[in-house]
Order: sequence, then C-alpha cells, then structure tokens
Amino acid sequence: MEIIKIERKVLAKNDAIASEIRGKFEENGVFAINMVSSPGSGKTSLVEKVIENFSGRVNISVIEGDVQTDLDAQRVSAYNVPVVQIITNGGCHLEANLVNDSLKNLDLVQTDLLIIENVGNLVCPAGYDLGEDMKVVVISVTEGDDKPLKYPKMFINSKVLVINKIDLLPYVNCNIEQLKQNALKINPALQVFEVSCTSGEGVGKFCDFLESSI
Amino acid sequence: MHELSLAQNIIETVKQNVTADELIKVREVIVEVGAFSGVVADSLKFSFEAITSGTELNDAIMTIVDIPFTLKCGECGSESSTEIPMLLCSICGSSNTQILSGDELRVKELKLVEE
Repeated sequence: MEIIKIERKVLAKNDAIASEIRGKFEENGVFAINMVSSPGSGKTSLVEKVIENFSGRVNISVIEGDVQTDLDAQRVSAYNVPVVQIITNGGCHLEANLVNDSLKNLDLVQTDLLIIENVGNLVCPAGYDLGEDMKVVVISVTEGDDKPLKYPKMFINSKVLVINKIDLLPYVNCNIEQLKQNALKINPALQVFEVSCTSGEGVGKFCDFLESSI
Repeated sequence: MHELSLAQNIIETVKQNVTADELIKVREVIVEVGAFSGVVADSLKFSFEAITSGTELNDAIMTIVDIPFTLKCGECGSESSTEIPMLLCSICGSSNTQILSGDELRVKELKLVEE
C-alpha cells in the first residue's frame, strides 16, 4: 500500500473563513460574541436586554441563527438595531461561511458590538469558530445543574457563562452553587454572571463586562 | 448531528490530495478523532460509507484513531487524562493547565493500493 500523509484538520476550511472574518472585525473595530446554549435558555431575551441596556451608548448589530423561521429577527428588529436572520434549514449550528455571507448585509463600520446568536444546541456549535472574540454560553436554571458535566466542550470553549432565569430558582430542582462548581471544574477561567431576563436582575453587570471588553 | 457534513469535508480533502485516477485506488482513510472533538466516530464512519457507496471511493474504508483527552498541569507538572474533559488538574486541583490532546479532528493519511 502507498501511504499519503495529509495531517489536515477536517474543519480547516471553516477555520480559514473564520480567520478572514476575524480580520474584518479587527479592521472595523467590532467586538463579536458568539452566543450559544440549548434551545429555550433565553439567548434572544438576553440579546433584547443587552440592546435595551446599551441603547444610545453602544452600536449593536445582531446575527440570528435558527433552524427555521425568522421569529427571532422579528423580535430583535423591534429594537431598531440591524439584524440578519440565518435560517440553516435543519443545520444544527452556524458555520463561518454562513456568517461571512451575512456580513454583507451589515455595516461593520457602524457596529461596536456584534452579537451572533447561534442555533440552540449545546453540542455542535462548540466546534465551529465563527471569527468571534469569545463564546458566551447561556444556561438556564430550569435545565439543571449537571449540564456543564454533560456538555463539557461548550464550557471549555466559552469564556463567559451566563446563568439565566435565576428568578425561577425557588421553583426548580437546581442548585446554583453546584451548577457554578460544575462549570468551573470544567473550565476554571469561566467568567460567570447570574441574570434574570424577566426581572432584569444581573443584566447590568453582564453589560458592564461587555462594555469593558469592547 | 453534523457528521454527514464532516464526512463530506473529509472526502473533499481526499480529492485534493490524490489525482482523479488515483481516487479508485484509495483503500483506507485514516482520521484522528479526539475524545473532546464532539464527534461521534460511528456516525462519521456511517456517513462516510453512505456517501462514498457507488462512487470512486466505494472501496475505501474509514479508520478512526481515537485520541484521549490529556492535560498538562503548569503547577505540579503532571499529565492526566480524565473521562470528562476538564481544565482543572485532577492531581493537584490547579487551574493552570494546558490541553495536550483530545480536540483533534484531522485527516491523518490515506492508503492507496498499488497496481
């Protein structure tokens, strides 16, 4: 048998496009976050709260990723910020080429903060670089405190953990200290924020962190 | 899951590394899959078989090389491997660690029959 050495990453093409995107962000002074979570953790609600908090101070653009429908883009556009909806038609995550294409419809010069809301999925989006500055993983207390142990890759690849729906803590079987402990065991460098998008509690602290990063 | 699109990427990589005439000679595609890559090896193999069936790569099989998750500790210097990937050293508990292996998803080499 003849052996041909290859040693090439399977996602090399995605990574090359992600580097191209990162260059565009740097050139235009855009700080980009890739928001990831399971479906229903409250990513879109957090996007809405961040937009409200930064209103008039920080120029935000949003890329919404969903398997189907433009419902999230409709929600976000009510806040008068530029938003592009990517519909993956069954795809379980966003890939760099989809994000790169959607950038044509956004004005990066006028963008300080770009929020990319990924498809709700705690598995696949962890493996795809979209050119972002950081991944922000959102988890809600209704999902239980064991999720960081079950989906470690997402927590290892994220810089920030936002724990949402803390207003529901009295009603659900979730020990938030255990949740944080599990997350920090997987990734001790995670910056953790506790928020409720319903009451608004904790959102300001998360926004202060974002503002200091921009 | 996205193993099908990964299998397509792998086939593209194979095609970029052999000539059109050599394609039918490929018998084995060796892929390294890290424990922390998020990829289900069986699904990847299944996808590869499904989309190469009846094509020039019909006789090629995919061989998966499993790579464990290993960590090097910057404090105690130990190298450890845990079943659940975590960045906390399982020996001394330090957070000053570096991933040595486990996130690989790489086409390593091809084996072609010589005629």
